[in-house]
Amino acid sequence: MSAKALILLLLAIPMIGCGDDADSSNDTSTGTSTTVTMLVYDSFPTDGTPLNDALADFTNETGIKVRLLKAGDAGTMVTKATLTAGNPEGDVMWGVDNTLLSAANDAEVFESAPVQVDFGDVCVNYDIAWFAEHDIAPPVTLDDLLEQQYADLLVVENPSSSSPGLAFMLATIARYGEAGWEQYWAGLRDNGVEVVDSWDIAYYERFSGAAGSAGDRPLVVSYGSSPPAEVVFADPPRTDAPTGVSAETCFRQQEYAGVLRGSDHPNEAAQLVQFLITERFQRELPLTLFVYPVNDAVVLPDVFTQFAVMPADPFTVDPNTIAAHREDWQDRWNEIVLR
Amino acid sequence: MERDRAALTLDAEPNTLPRWLVPALAVLPATFLAGLYFWPLGTLLTRVIQPDSIGDALQRPGLAGVVWFTFWQALSSTVLTLAIGFAPAYLLARYRFLGRHALLALVTVPFMLPTVVVGAAFLALLPKEWHGTAQAVVIAHVFFNIAVVVRLVGAMWAVLPTDLTAAARTLGASPAQVLRHVVLPLLRPSLWAAATVVFLFTFTSFGVVRLLGGPAHPTLEVEIVRRATQLGDVDGAAVLSLLQLLVLAIAVWISARLQRRGTHSFTGSSHWRRARSRREQCAVFCVAAAVAIVMLLPLTVMVSRSLRLGGRWTLIAWRELGSSEVRPGVSLGVDPIASLLTSLRFAAVAAVISVIVGGLAALAIAAARRRGALLDIGLMLPLGTSAVTVGLGLLITFDTAPFDWRGRWWLIPLGHALVAIPFVVRAVLPVLRAIPSDQRAAAATLGASPARAWLAIDVRRVLRPLVAASGLAGAISLGEFGATTLLTRAGRETMPIAIAQLLGRTGELPRAQGFALATILLVATAAIIVIVMGAAEREGLFDADRH
Repeated sequence: MSAKALILLLLAIPMIGCGDDADSSNDTSTGTSTTVTMLVYDSFPTDGTPLNDALADFTNETGIKVRLLKAGDAGTMVTKATLTAGNPEGDVMWGVDNTLLSAANDAEVFESAPVQVDFGDVCVNYDIAWFAEHDIAPPVTLDDLLEQQYADLLVVENPSSSSPGLAFMLATIARYGEAGWEQYWAGLRDNGVEVVDSWDIAYYERFSGAAGSAGDRPLVVSYGSSPPAEVVFADPPRTDAPTGVSAETCFRQQEYAGVLRGSDHPNEAAQLVQFLITERFQRELPLTLFVYPVNDAVVLPDVFTQFAVMPADPFTVDPNTIAAHREDWQDRWNEIVLR
Repeated sequence: MERDRAALTLDAEPNTLPRWLVPALAVLPATFLAGLYFWPLGTLLTRVIQPDSIGDALQRPGLAGVVWFTFWQALSSTVLTLAIGFAPAYLLARYRFLGRHALLALVTVPFMLPTVVVGAAFLALLPKEWHGTAQAVVIAHVFFNIAVVVRLVGAMWAVLPTDLTAAARTLGASPAQVLRHVVLPLLRPSLWAAATVVFLFTFTSFGVVRLLGGPAHPTLEVEIVRRATQLGDVDGAAVLSLLQLLVLAIAVWISARLQRRGTHSFTGSSHWRRARSRREQCAVFCVAAAVAIVMLLPLTVMVSRSLRLGGRWTLIAWRELGSSEVRPGVSLGVDPIASLLTSLRFAAVAAVISVIVGGLAALAIAAARRRGALLDIGLMLPLGTSAVTVGLGLLITFDTAPFDWRGRWWLIPLGHALVAIPFVVRAVLPVLRAIPSDQRAAAATLGASPARAWLAIDVRRVLRPLVAASGLAGAISLGEFGATTLLTRAGRETMPIAIAQLLGRTGELPRAQGFALATILLVATAAIIVIVMGAAEREGLFDADRH
């Protein structure tokens, strides 16, 4: 092949496939129906669950197609959204929580105020079988986690990249205050806490209690409503939960969804956000995302109410305080735990 | 030296080309450089000079630790690379043996490999306890940079006159004394040059550190990315970027001063010879074998790790590259096959842009003769700037209308082209400068106008090296990780991004998939490099400009 032909070939390659660029999902000209892209965190199901069926119903009713785009763990997703504010990666974002909402609002990520779509509690979960086998009582409080008998058992998420990780760090700040939380984490570090980047690495790959996991850590930062998931997905089926919740380690988390500023289809995107809080969609949340719905019309399934733990008095931190100190806390946490 | 002389003779004859030619050729490369390099750099500067941001960023806890780690890992990597690279440099500079060419390629290829591939290889090779440690980072850096020592020091060693050492031996010096008092002083300029290059590369290392250093060992480069993409602290990231540029500039300045002292230059042919005694043959064989094993082992282990799951050999990771379900309906946010297609497309676009811009630039530089140096140096600058800084600059510059290009897919291949263009220029320029002036004179005698002669001779000559350069630009784009990390968008991940995400997980299957994807990237890049290197050797590309 001559040099000229090669160059011509090279010139031709980029022309192929330019049309199917991800941006074209924003193009209305190519088809009759509009596609709305919803940014979701990594653990959001993209295919084959009742939640996806609900979204299909939305498409059938309105003619608006929904494309789900994974954008990392919630922390990463929201930071990316702040960096791309006004020129977003999608039209709707699902799953910014109360720990990061102020950051998103400051950066004017959303077209209008996002709506709350669910809530839950970030709590330490434990592997019941492991503790029974080793004849140790599972931990109940944050203090317990510092004890020698729980050394090298806990895996947590990095609060810089993961929203449950951030929520758990905030729980410790609420519990021990500005004066004591750093010392607490120094204690956890000395007691062998493991840090990973995202919730699904921690839960599916490091936690011993998740079905099918090769993990060897019997304590993990997850959700108060994670145990029902283990029952629902158990194979073979089971009638009791293999995991439990340390009831005094919980931080209340609310998740929001909204139309991203700069969306090419703000009207269709707003329709989708409205749909996300209807009973049709919300009733699928408990058994797919394992969070509590905000729509009062939803009746919680038995398996959910039976095995989920809703702590009476979870830790909270005022959103304005979080906004003012989050970066600094994340830096200091990094210093204490990772370096 | 030789080049200066060539330039002098060139300038001695009158430049008969039309006056508009050089500006016409240079306008696109110059605009490209101004828009994609100097403007973003200016934006970074303006973000930084606000007094608040500097103070804030420098007072962050842990910054001193990051700077210190960045510095000492670069220094240890440099010292170790020089020490370990010495033996293969000597071997390849002085001995002629079977497989010499193959060994030289084997040592050189890792330097051109994508950083995530080298990171993945050592992730596969080193025991788990070493992951996330400083020594893992340093070991990978040595592997990566041995080529620099072999190429730079070896090139000088090959032409050192053998009679100097022979004379010293005759006068009664021991081999150690000869090395210390004769060889090392003569090699000093090349040693400094190699040390500088290795230091710069390891100081701004990103992919290797990201994969092997773990969260406990961030370099400045990794910290810039963490600040920008995890904390959303763009101002802080910008301050660190400029701090890093400052350190790089100081390092280059010191090295330039040190290299100027005591420069000897030797010309002449290489003094290769065959090993004579039995012992010498043995030594040559042992060193060559050891080098070959060290170079091949990490990559081989990486490939094998993509074929193992649960202690058994299996193709599952390869077969299921397209799907990665962790539980019903929930799959990983990474699609390896899609990332492969994205990478190929970006590489093709980056190659075309680099060939056009780099080709025009080379023609302009050659036609402008001495005045071309400005554009030449300008186009080299992005190489001296860290990839993450380039990406950060693009990210924060093109974020407001009418230049709001963050969502445009082509911003990433444009960034890749910025890094690849200097290589295109390096490939083409020697060919242009080697054109004998009597060719143009002959064309003129035959009645061609100067412009016509230029078109017929210069432009035609450029086509072949451009093909080789386009391959190189494609390879650079395929492996680019630092700038892409900042510019990447969900659903449009490139292969290096997908590899880093897969290897960032702890599950066995995603990791095996990460190693499989890294194997694909390894094979693609290595194939391109070997083909381009072969072409370069045959046609003398890249050569004439080597200092």
